[in-house]
Amino acid sequence: MSGLKDAGHLFRFAGLFVVAFLVFLLVRGFVVPKTFGQYGHYRAAAIGEIAAHPVKFAGHQACEDCHSDIADTKTKGAHAHVNCEACHGALAAHADDPASVTPVKPDTLVLCVRCHTASAAKPKGFPQVDPAEHMGGVPCQTCHNPHAPAIGSDAGASAAKGGAK
Amino acid sequence: MNISRRHLLILLPAAAVAWKYVEAGTPEASPNYNKSEHWWGMLINIPKCIGCGNCVRACATENDVPDGYFRTWVERYHVTDTNLTNPEVISPDGGKEGFPVAQEDAGKYFFVPKMCNHCSDSPCTQVCPVGATFVTPDGVVLVDQTYCLGCAYCVQACPYGCRYLHPTKHVADKCTLCYHRITKGLTTACCEACPTGARQLADLKNPNDPIHEFLKTHPVEVLKPQMATGAKAYYFGLDGSVR
Repeated sequence: MSGLKDAGHLFRFAGLFVVAFLVFLLVRGFVVPKTFGQYGHYRAAAIGEIAAHPVKFAGHQACEDCHSDIADTKTKGAHAHVNCEACHGALAAHADDPASVTPVKPDTLVLCVRCHTASAAKPKGFPQVDPAEHMGGVPCQTCHNPHAPAIGSDAGASAAKGGAK
Repeated sequence: MNISRRHLLILLPAAAVAWKYVEAGTPEASPNYNKSEHWWGMLINIPKCIGCGNCVRACATENDVPDGYFRTWVERYHVTDTNLTNPEVISPDGGKEGFPVAQEDAGKYFFVPKMCNHCSDSPCTQVCPVGATFVTPDGVVLVDQTYCLGCAYCVQACPYGCRYLHPTKHVADKCTLCYHRITKGLTTACCEACPTGARQLADLKNPNDPIHEFLKTHPVEVLKPQMATGAKAYYFGLDGSVR
């Protein structure tokens, strides 16, 4: 023991290191988020937070659950694979609460020409018209049912007006 | 020895508390969705794209993307026969309101929807100094906006230009592949709104996903394959002039 008689200052110094390390661990424990490193060098809880964001487009399945008549009309026409919200816009609010959220019907003079205005840039097989020459300001749904757009298709333009009340 | 019983009594509980926090971190429960069963990507079918801008508007609506910033956008290429490597590319307001009518029929035109490629070896996640951006176990590149410092290293690192600094949050922002939708069994907002099926969400781990049959029978390319990013936005009908 006599050999260690004068070594007290070394132990005190070593003790200081031990205390500093414990303080480091303590601070690290508080500062580093709990799920950090669970899957990798990031906070795993962020995945759940992002997944919890609210949905604004309900998805065509939600629409078809109630509007099966329109869905039936659509399957017969060229717009069969155009989802409802492609034209009607994001309507999760309406799907969640149909009574109090009433969707605004899109203006066909704006909506239809977005896709169907003739342009040399569009794929050749895609149906295109020169709007001014084709309709002269008459709304598209006067002749076409947007849900089954071919003129004379059995659904007729009346279904477009009827829609879902 | 100078550490007395009193010192030990102070040190041991402190060490215990510290250890508890070091060890902490229990897995987050996510009902009905198992991250290990999915590996997400996107199939973009260029010959089907008509440049209507539905995807750009839908994305902005779904994700509150600020005006003038884009998580997805559409470019229109015009390649003339004598200048194949120097195409004219336009993307007015990201193609949000469509494109001006093209009168000139010379050469060829096509639309290229662009978005985060959700790379499996993504350059953007590698440069983040704080671990605020990462590839999830199901293959989606996300940003932890509560952790991001806004240094924009990742914005510079993305070879596809798919990231931006959010003008009011001052943190990195990007396409999440609508992670809040795909984990609920829905498709992305851009795919939902695309009228021609030019965009298709693909689950590469799901053996029943039609993507597998498509990939077997069609030539498919990714953007900048020479960068070995492991990009998972697969383009069908991609022209060599696209950069």
